[in-house]
Amino acid sequence: MKKLLATLLFGFMFLGLAAQKSDLPNITLKNLDGESVNIAEINNDGKPFVMTFWATWCGPCVKEHNALTEVYDDWVEETGVKIFSVSIDDARSTAKIKPFVDGKGWPFEILLDVNKDLARAMNVSNPPHTFLFNGEGKIVWQHTGYLDGGEEDLYEEILKISK
Amino acid sequence: MLGTTAMFGQGIFEKSKVTGSFQIDGNYYWEDEGIGITEEDINGNKFGGYGFGKVQYQLGNFTAGIRFESYQIFKMTGMPTELNGTGLANYFATYDNGTIGVTVGDIYDQFGNGLIFRTYEEWTLGFDNSLRGIRAVFRPTEGVTIKGLYGKQRLYWESYEDHGLVRGIDGEWDINQSVKAWNSTKLKATLGASFVSKYEADKEYNFGDNTYKLPQNVGAYAGRMNLGYGRFGLSAEYARKINDPSAFNNWIYRDGQELLASLSYSQKGLGIVLQAKRVDNMSFKSKRTEEENKLDIGFIPPLNYTHSHSLPSMFSYATQPNGEMGIQFQINYTIPKKTALGGKYGTKLAFNYSQVNDIKRDSIMVNGVNTMYMMGTKGYDSPFFAIGDKMFYRDFNFEIEKKISKDWNLTLMYINLYYDMETIEGHPEAEPVKAHFAFGEVIYKINKRHSLRLEMQHMWDNVSKDQEIDPLQEENYVKRGNWFAFLLEYTIAPKWFVSIADKYNYGNPIADNRDHYFTGSFGYIKDQTRIAISGGRQSQGLVCVGGVCREVPASSGVSLTITTSF
Repeated sequence: MKKLLATLLFGFMFLGLAAQKSDLPNITLKNLDGESVNIAEINNDGKPFVMTFWATWCGPCVKEHNALTEVYDDWVEETGVKIFSVSIDDARSTAKIKPFVDGKGWPFEILLDVNKDLARAMNVSNPPHTFLFNGEGKIVWQHTGYLDGGEEDLYEEILKISK
Repeated sequence: MLGTTAMFGQGIFEKSKVTGSFQIDGNYYWEDEGIGITEEDINGNKFGGYGFGKVQYQLGNFTAGIRFESYQIFKMTGMPTELNGTGLANYFATYDNGTIGVTVGDIYDQFGNGLIFRTYEEWTLGFDNSLRGIRAVFRPTEGVTIKGLYGKQRLYWESYEDHGLVRGIDGEWDINQSVKAWNSTKLKATLGASFVSKYEADKEYNFGDNTYKLPQNVGAYAGRMNLGYGRFGLSAEYARKINDPSAFNNWIYRDGQELLASLSYSQKGLGIVLQAKRVDNMSFKSKRTEEENKLDIGFIPPLNYTHSHSLPSMFSYATQPNGEMGIQFQINYTIPKKTALGGKYGTKLAFNYSQVNDIKRDSIMVNGVNTMYMMGTKGYDSPFFAIGDKMFYRDFNFEIEKKISKDWNLTLMYINLYYDMETIEGHPEAEPVKAHFAFGEVIYKINKRHSLRLEMQHMWDNVSKDQEIDPLQEENYVKRGNWFAFLLEYTIAPKWFVSIADKYNYGNPIADNRDHYFTGSFGYIKDQTRIAISGGRQSQGLVCVGGVCREVPASSGVSLTITTSF
């Protein structure tokens, strides 16, 4: 039995070799239009992108999103960066996210991580948790928590890797 | 052969990835006569703490992980003391190539909204009901997902031996993805259905002179749909469970049912959502004799607004699996920039109304005997659309958030709350809370990185300072009467924060309870590492996440929290 397991494990690892691309796991989440999005396929045409985890009940997260909303147009114009925003709200809020996000006027691509599958895979313990990916989908910087003005540091990191 | 191995080895080193995370919460408690904490309460246990460490290995489509947990907790911590111990709490291995996925080990998953199946963990509550077993996911064609799983649930460090067996299957069909002609239609539709069955070996239950026959297999099924048409959205899920007598429902043989529905409209700057829910006898556990939220297979989502401010969050709603009916209505609106009311930066408004009542229960008469909630009977009848008289919870609140200038930001909130303490906290005959709250927050940006934040709250309770309290009821008045709270925080982005706060129960009807809960915190964040120290008094209350709550006793001391990931 143990031998069989070991063989299977080894086999899986070998199969795994074929597919490794970015730091993003092979997990499928829904977006606000109810469409499935395979996280492993997320990219920004070779430009850097940001992935930030939040929840409606998390005050600092909402502050961070409001702050990012204000600077987003400028950031996109200057660096071409894109922000993916992952809500870890559970089923109590699933139906509320779209009206909440639209009502606040947030321009980001929203993904729903209803049972925290992606958060677990990316070792997110507490929101907000923000990741910066380079054009190849590798994590180059991450930060937990949000303090007023924290977006400035994220932007400095974005500028470092955008050409 | 050697060459292949070498190449393989090299590939593995280049492409495999090890990640993980780590958290530790340490506490040091001391005596505090002011809030009634004596040497006896502490009982020599001054140091407590809990932590976890998680390591994950990923190689392309293959992922494996382990999580160690360790707890040394006391009554004071408020976490279930059954968690005490150290060990390997979670392990899994997954292979998923997009078409087929297999997981062996401890599984977190949910079907639809989770009504009949949801396994998850909530570190702050000490809650983990993961399923130890096997799961297979099959995606035969674009837009179709079929999942099957099999296993037993975790409860603290208990042996899995006498937990019931859980088996489930779920299918979801995203019509727009799977039917070409529908790819670009305005109407978006997803349908789903699931079936879950639990098996427990016991065939009968003895109580006094009576022996009740028990169903060994209890089946539950659910169907759901998600429709979107332009700016409108409609979603609904209905679940049903066959008779499942348990300690939680006093061993009645009634079927359970639950409906959850939402209607929403949204456009840039405006979002409206209306939700309704009905729950009737839906506690679904993998062990009949368990109470509270232990070994829950299903999850009942609460609909009401989640308050994060310290005073209203002392009165958070906990879902009532035996029966509740609720609605919730929410509007979010942003007054556009550069208008008379919106000003230079726009103004954000939010309004929320939610209410939860009991369901209406009619007696069933058997040979002239009223069998309401009587063991071994059908329990009661309940007309689907009739609302029970007893209100459990009501909340309406209004929030306005305004950036006044480049440096100043203002948030104001009014909350009106009705909280049936008797039902929610299980304290017999406790007087319901009918309270108003006002909240105000000002943030001043000193410069690009330095900010000062001041938060003030007040609660006006219906229980006045002069009210006479029956000595037998004193326990129900620990957090009653008027409160005042403030918090002052200074932050230097992105690394430093320091704050002082006080909560003052100045209007408590019992003079001994008119206490200050003074706390100070200090923290440092470097990238993904966060270290925070806080000290002072913690008031007695409920810590709630997702409608599931844990009662935390009052305490006094310092705590240290470190979280990091790699």
